[in-house]
Amino acid sequence: MTATDRPPVPTGPSPSPSLSPSSSSPAPADPHPPHLSPGYRSTVLRAPSHPPLRPALDPEAAELLDPVYGHRPVGELDHDLTRQHAGEPIGERIIVTGRILDGRGRPVPNTLVEVWQAAATGRYAHPLDRHPAPLDPNFTGFGRCLTDAEGRYRFVTIKPGTYPWRNHPNAWRPAHIHFSVFGTAFTQRLITQMYFPGDPLFPHDPILQSVPDPRDRERLVSAFDLDVTEPEWALGYRWDVVLGATPFEEE
Amino acid sequence: MVPTPSQTVGPFFAHALPYAEGPLVVPEDHPDAIELHGRVTDGAGEPVPDALLEICQPGLFGRCETGADGSYRFRTAATDGYIPLLVFGRGLLKPVWTRVYLSADAPFLAEVDPARRGTLVARKEGERSYRFDVRLQGEDETVFFAF
Repeated sequence: MTATDRPPVPTGPSPSPSLSPSSSSPAPADPHPPHLSPGYRSTVLRAPSHPPLRPALDPEAAELLDPVYGHRPVGELDHDLTRQHAGEPIGERIIVTGRILDGRGRPVPNTLVEVWQAAATGRYAHPLDRHPAPLDPNFTGFGRCLTDAEGRYRFVTIKPGTYPWRNHPNAWRPAHIHFSVFGTAFTQRLITQMYFPGDPLFPHDPILQSVPDPRDRERLVSAFDLDVTEPEWALGYRWDVVLGATPFEEE
Repeated sequence: MVPTPSQTVGPFFAHALPYAEGPLVVPEDHPDAIELHGRVTDGAGEPVPDALLEICQPGLFGRCETGADGSYRFRTAATDGYIPLLVFGRGLLKPVWTRVYLSADAPFLAEVDPARRGTLVARKEGERSYRFDVRLQGEDETVFFAF
């Protein structure tokens, strides 16, 4: 059973069976959600109504610059969300690792990856989160790291809890970790969410279901990996991120 | 390879992504320092209090979240070209891209629908102060880009 087998929720856009995987398609399909996805209520007044302009970019275009963040060095423990406070956070300790790849499958080394998430209780350490679940004083839920020479990132954290939101009656988000990835050109900038395998909330979540093609939704779900799992210590999950191609990378 | 799909930044990133120096892209005494500020509003004209804005210029990167009134404020360097501006937010399943032009004379603007090109030009409010509002939807919707 995979996410592919699951029907989309009625509120989401229909999947496009005509989309082909990149191996058999000359131009990669657009896997991103549309701006307007009414099942996710907040899109209704925030989705632009005009189609975007597609300007020709020259190789010197400002959008192709490599964003610098050197004034904010990454600390040695920033990748470990369980060691940011005096005590250990409550919850199921996990390892999340994978690679950041470019549109041609090449690893992206030395790029910044930021993650943030709810605590095991489903509560964010954010002042506006009103979910009546306990905050964990030993968990902020923010981490960062740079990818290594093979494009690998690795975080140690706590499995985030699910939480309710007010999008529709009895709305719950599947457990997820937010990811922010830079790449080597500003046009590759990506913010997304990583989910956990087998979550029963998938078919009910308009944010995940906003991704039109079920195969693309499946690529937002991490895989349990016994090789990443560390005996007597933590389960391991693997998840790779593929960034968009820049105009001058395409063949 | 097909890129990983985008998902919304959500409402609860303010304890994670913003940092104190994020909006202060250049030092105060930088010869080209300008203040770039404005508001992000939705299709009803209401402020968007949970947006995250990023700009990228040669050797520079800035990040600023909006306040309760939808406002943001960068200190960055003036340019003859444009400043790419990326806006993330709750309700934005993927970010919107725009460009901040400090001058209405930039040649590229001639390619943009005259009725809408003004949304790409920052309004000069003082010697070193520019205002650029982002209207996500509706009347005067900002011109957004895709690459």
